[in-house]
Amino acid sequence: MGALAERVATPLLPSDYVDLLSPLASSAELRGKVVGVLPETVDSATLIIKPGRTWKGHRPGQYIRVGVDINGVRRWRAYSLTSSPERPDGNLTITVKTIEEGLVSNHLVHRIRTGTVIQLDQATGDFTLGEQRRRKQLFVTAGSGITPVMGMLRGHSEDLEGSVLIHSAPTGRDVIFGRELRGIADEGRIELIEIHTDRAGMLNPANLAAMVPDLAEREIRACGPTGMLDSIEAHLETIGLAHRLRTERFRPAVVVTGEGGTIHFTVSDVNAQGDGATPILDVGEEAGVLMPSGCRMGICFGCVSRLREGAVRDLRTGEVTTATTGDEIQIQTCVSAAAGTCQIEL
Amino acid sequence: MTAIQKDPDNPIAHLSREDIEQIGRELDAIRQEVLDTRGEEDAAYIRGLIDTQRKLELGSRGVLLFSLFPPAWLVGTAGLTVAKILENMEIGHNVMHGQWDWMRDPKIHSTTWEWDNASPADLWKHSHNEIHHTYTNVIGKDHDLGYGIMRVDEDQRWVPFYLGQPAWNLINAFLFEYSIAAYDLQLKKNWKGRKENPEFQAKAKQVMKKIRTQMTKDYVVHPALSGPSAPTTLAANLTANLVRNLWTHSVIMCGHFPEGVATFEKKSIDGETHDDWYVRQMLGAANIKGSPAMHVMTGNLSFQIEHHLFPDLPSNRYQEISPKVRDIFERYDLPYAEGSLPGQVASAWKKVIRLSLPDDTLGKAKSLLGFGRKKKEADIHEIRPERLEARAA
Ligand SMILES: Cc1cc2nc3c(=O)[nH]c(=O)nc-3n(C[C@H](O)[C@H](O)[C@H](O)COP(=O)(O)OP(=O)(O)OC[C@H]3O[C@@H](n4cnc5c(N)ncnc54)[C@H](O)[C@@H]3O)c2cc1C
Ligand code: FES
Repeated sequence: MGALAERVATPLLPSDYVDLLSPLASSAELRGKVVGVLPETVDSATLIIKPGRTWKGHRPGQYIRVGVDINGVRRWRAYSLTSSPERPDGNLTITVKTIEEGLVSNHLVHRIRTGTVIQLDQATGDFTLGEQRRRKQLFVTAGSGITPVMGMLRGHSEDLEGSVLIHSAPTGRDVIFGRELRGIADEGRIELIEIHTDRAGMLNPANLAAMVPDLAEREIRACGPTGMLDSIEAHLETIGLAHRLRTERFRPAVVVTGEGGTIHFTVSDVNAQGDGATPILDVGEEAGVLMPSGCRMGICFGCVSRLREGAVRDLRTGEVTTATTGDEIQIQTCVSAAAGTCQIEL
Repeated sequence: MTAIQKDPDNPIAHLSREDIEQIGRELDAIRQEVLDTRGEEDAAYIRGLIDTQRKLELGSRGVLLFSLFPPAWLVGTAGLTVAKILENMEIGHNVMHGQWDWMRDPKIHSTTWEWDNASPADLWKHSHNEIHHTYTNVIGKDHDLGYGIMRVDEDQRWVPFYLGQPAWNLINAFLFEYSIAAYDLQLKKNWKGRKENPEFQAKAKQVMKKIRTQMTKDYVVHPALSGPSAPTTLAANLTANLVRNLWTHSVIMCGHFPEGVATFEKKSIDGETHDDWYVRQMLGAANIKGSPAMHVMTGNLSFQIEHHLFPDLPSNRYQEISPKVRDIFERYDLPYAEGSLPGQVASAWKKVIRLSLPDDTLGKAKSLLGFGRKKKEADIHEIRPERLEARAA
């Protein structure tokens, strides 16, 4: 049957014709339909998405990649799932906070309409609790960093009783899911400590022990801006609790940039200038090359491609990788920039 | 026309280096303007067109399941023909040019597209995008020029083989998609020694496989699905493919063959700058005038000049930039070759017939009858005396 369908549809695929009639029914591409947009705070909103037929489900704490067409160009970004896998209607949610000048976040919060079909990827990520969910937890979050934790609180509501959540936001009104979090705190299921940074200033990790007396007995999960995560990591290191900490970062910690060079994408036969600070992934996309990608921040390896010749720099460490003709060195394009002329097999 | 450098009416003799550079800058600006405004509407255009084309094809094939009934046959065949033409021209050709790569949609991308044609996409892209668009109308380099089997320029030495070229061209028109496949394989060049040429063998295998799946679809599977209507569906598919061959052949001929299109000598492109390349593209192509429907059915190759200047701009924009391009032609006193579809097809055929004979056979015959061939020069003198004065000064 499948073979016959292929013969009928060639040079297209049978799924191309299925797409024509029902984009969510495709067995080849995972898509989703935005069925609702709920404002959360002034600068954030939750998107309710009905996933396509091939959606495999997720574990709380994981994220999905979302591809949206903005001004005709497809843009991919990662967003943590904020819904429970057991949601009765089978839909999933992501919650997006706008970033100043942010292309996709502003589109998703302010402009996307219900009914829009978007591209999705299966859930991934290991910022999950697994068996550890039976242990006592401390969650430290800030801003949009609440999202994966909200996913866990909703998805593992029974297991997480007794957890402590320290959440930072500029004011009480800026707390995403504020009402729901205060509700479960009032029921006594979790202890919620809100830090309103406009008045109280940023969280000082040195105060964690005072805020959470049984700190040493807890698993610690943190998600938020780079500065907060770095300072928590450093502090837990000094007090010997680093092994208890797991973090989720929304963007790579870029430390080094340098001279760039011309990037030759060998399969597409496209040349583009890489400026030494811009990831090869962005340079390629800008030049119209079909670039595989994932988290866009160096964790999922969805962007791995072959360096055939030349030099690239890892933006997180500054390490330069070189290849000479005949080599096929795997690099992550989302965190590598050109460090001179280079050839990428894409 | 002979190669432009030898032409006594060389249409670019009056251009200075600065002129050529200025033309380059102006064309770059036109291109940039389109790039800056490329967006949602363009994306909606191509998506909408692909959607329409697929539904039309699906619908027409559906109707052809009942092609035993003559009205169903007519409607289905007409629909399928239009769908197949759209698929090859406005969609396939342009997607494979990378005109839509900027959307970053892997389903509408030059590296993933496969078309409803005997020639496999990657083979076609190489011979078309790389060779033809780079060496447009350079004698001995651009294989599109006469497809290697015809004499389409005085500078190609006449041999008796060319006497048959009106016939070759007609056969070529009927079998066009297979000619393209053969041509993308460079069959003529590679035929000798084909047994010892593994690269050619691999490509030939690829082509044969593509032809097989294409033929199986149109001439076996779909007819078989039509049950009692099998013979009529087969005839419908055959007709659709044939009409598409004739149509695309005509459109392509109009692009570079009509009288008034310039050709270039091989050595003339040594050291050619991007601006020189622009000028060569301006003179090496011809447009077709017509209705919006005609433009879409030609894949906007009716704006062949604009397409050759900017092969990777979305085809739906050619019409919009054409007045600006034309304005540059006028200001720099360059001939913008353009004509109606029947006129250009006739002109191209006339050239194919004229050049099948040794040079000037027709000219001699004509002057015997009292028609001169020198008229063109006279026209130019009349139209632009100030140019000539400037040149003399
Ligand atoms: C695993 C993972 C999960 C994520 N989950 C969520 C989520 O649940 N909710 C959510 O709102 N976002 C989440 N993000 C971040 C999200 O993927 C985008 O990075 C974010 O929405 C910004 O995209 P943009 O197109 O709006 O900004 P861009 O147009 O790409 O960037 C605009 C500017 O903002 C800077 N910038 C980019 N990302 C960030 C960032 N995260 N923080 C600060 N500055 C930034 C850029 O350097 C640039 O200068 C997650 C990211 C990852 C990797
Ligand atoms: S996109 Fe995830 S590692 Fe590069």
